[in-house]
Amino acid sequence: MSQTLLDKVWATHTVRTLPNGATQLLIGTHLIHEVTSPQAFGMLRDLNLKVLYPSRTFATVDHIVPTDERAEPFSDDLADAMIKALRSNCAENGITFFDLPTGKQGIVHIVGPEQGITQPGTTIACGDSHTSTHGAFGAIAFGIGTSQVRDVLATQTMAIHKPKVRRISVHGKLNPGVYAKDVILHIIRKLGVNGGLGYAYEYGGSTFDAFTQEERMTVCNMSIEGGARVGYVNPDETTFEYLKGRPYSPKGADWDAAVIRWKATASDADAHYDDAVTFDAADIAPTVTWGINPGQAIFINENVPFPSEVPEKDRATAEEAIAHMLLKPGAPIKGTKVDVAFLGSCTNGRLSDLQEVARYMKGRKVKSGVKAIVVPGSQGVASVAESMGLAEIFREAGFEWRGAGCSMCLGMNPDKLVGEQLCASSSNRNFKGRQGSPTGRTVLMSPLMVAAAAVSGEISDAREVFDIR
Amino acid sequence: MALEKITQVGGRGVYVPGDDLDTDRIIPARFMKCITFDGLGEFAFYDARAFAKAEGQTHPLDDQRFTGASILFSGSNFGCGSSREHAPQALYRFGIRAIIAESFAEIFFGNSITLGMPCVVMSSEDIRSVAKLIESDPAAILTLDLTEKKLSIADMDFPLTIAVHAQEALVTGKWDAIADLLEGLDDVRTRAATLPYMAAS
Ligand code: SF4
Repeated sequence: MSQTLLDKVWATHTVRTLPNGATQLLIGTHLIHEVTSPQAFGMLRDLNLKVLYPSRTFATVDHIVPTDERAEPFSDDLADAMIKALRSNCAENGITFFDLPTGKQGIVHIVGPEQGITQPGTTIACGDSHTSTHGAFGAIAFGIGTSQVRDVLATQTMAIHKPKVRRISVHGKLNPGVYAKDVILHIIRKLGVNGGLGYAYEYGGSTFDAFTQEERMTVCNMSIEGGARVGYVNPDETTFEYLKGRPYSPKGADWDAAVIRWKATASDADAHYDDAVTFDAADIAPTVTWGINPGQAIFINENVPFPSEVPEKDRATAEEAIAHMLLKPGAPIKGTKVDVAFLGSCTNGRLSDLQEVARYMKGRKVKSGVKAIVVPGSQGVASVAESMGLAEIFREAGFEWRGAGCSMCLGMNPDKLVGEQLCASSSNRNFKGRQGSPTGRTVLMSPLMVAAAAVSGEISDAREVFDIR
Repeated sequence: MALEKITQVGGRGVYVPGDDLDTDRIIPARFMKCITFDGLGEFAFYDARAFAKAEGQTHPLDDQRFTGASILFSGSNFGCGSSREHAPQALYRFGIRAIIAESFAEIFFGNSITLGMPCVVMSSEDIRSVAKLIESDPAAILTLDLTEKKLSIADMDFPLTIAVHAQEALVTGKWDAIADLLEGLDDVRTRAATLPYMAAS
């Protein structure tokens, strides 16, 4: 007893201890995409190695796919070469590929849960730092580099040191207009962008108990933005309910057995944590970033800080941020003009995100001059949203309704900022150049805040724009 | 697979100041449209270098005085952000063989070690002192000694730290884990068979 979920999963997946003290950890589920896998397959070929468990690797294509004109060949030769490479690598090695024509394609961190591949008590790796998303199911999920993608393909294991665990508890009910996105932005703001170094974050408390599975994914997704490579929530009835009946979920008697096992993987009530932090949900307001890393965040009613106000060690970055964002220290962030509104990404491109925004966008219009796009996280999300009439609501409001992919979250596909455009974005990174223009400016926020920005043409408080009390 | 034992890295230094230099900064995503890592070197810090140029300044990596430098100095949380191995690959292919910073993001650190590119930690004070020395004498040869855990320049030594496991991996020539992992394949199969979700595979 007195073990965390991480302790338990580590124990059941440890193959052996390597000479240098690292664990050779079994990776039960491996997810791959077109950006970080081709070099790994190349390395396998160079070393004359085979994929050990082809049935435990699943592929999709997300970063480079255009979201409007999707007919192949893509107009970008490099992007076209990447999808073709993934296709042939999967075919050669017997790996399931949720390719464009399957209707199951989408952002890797949305597809895994949607298909029921992401399960409690498992280990998951993917050549992508937002793999922590899958921790929302009580999985231990790591972002890995390409050499490790090679390792997992060839050995279904990787060499890794066990992280410490920090328990992050959030208690109470969120105020109206405050969302999971605000919770994680607030946590990162308070603990810092490298506060999680060496830690796995275990999120819990009554706020998380009440969260839907999709809200938990939004929080776990951004763990890496706080420096924590792994983030997870203990599995509970909400988790099981979500997984039941999904294509890869266990069926019949296997399901019952799985649920018993899954329950047992949750952290024990008296588990030992290396550190613990507590937040009160009522203290959190809609949060937006003002800078060039996700920790540079403020509540919507706060002013852009003066660099002189921030701790000395953060000052240089703050100055750089102010210069890049073209913001005025001491002035409200509210009212800053917005050029682009982006609703999507693996943080907030799921059905519930689109539903929540559509609920408020009904009968509203995007302000003229603002380019607003909605990019469903997967073809699955897109088709359900279309059948529910959400796409129609968005189109009528003046949003472009796009095909599934990473889109404007990062500049690897045709959806890019131009020049110094400022984007109200539901994604997870506001790094310089992230959205494709070296001088482009990103302000991270919740989906409803993106909608508020789209409607008013400026960074706004969604509670005022949509009259939420 | 016998790998080189990396006990020392010698060469000239270059200082790229800043904290939280993220992976998008080290290699902007638009240059990751590739299926090999070849040729990534020229894109290292691409936007930062272009900016400097546009402003009539010279980025340290383009400063001729530091051409050919192989030891990169920077601030804290170096390499934060994405898991893209393209970032350390770009630096390595640019000619960097070791990075010295106040702290490193975890995934970047692991990716770099796997390439045999040491990431070592030095105090911000010492980094600034060394940066001054490099600035005044760009041709000075620095020696990073992983066994002694020190950096020498001229007749001065600066202490440094590196995670024990990474240091061991580098100096014993075991920085790429694949050989060790492959030795355990029988145990992998045994372990996998105990897990219901894998046993079916
Ligand atoms: S949506 Fe953005 S963060 Fe998520 S996988 Fe795609 S590029 Fe990465």
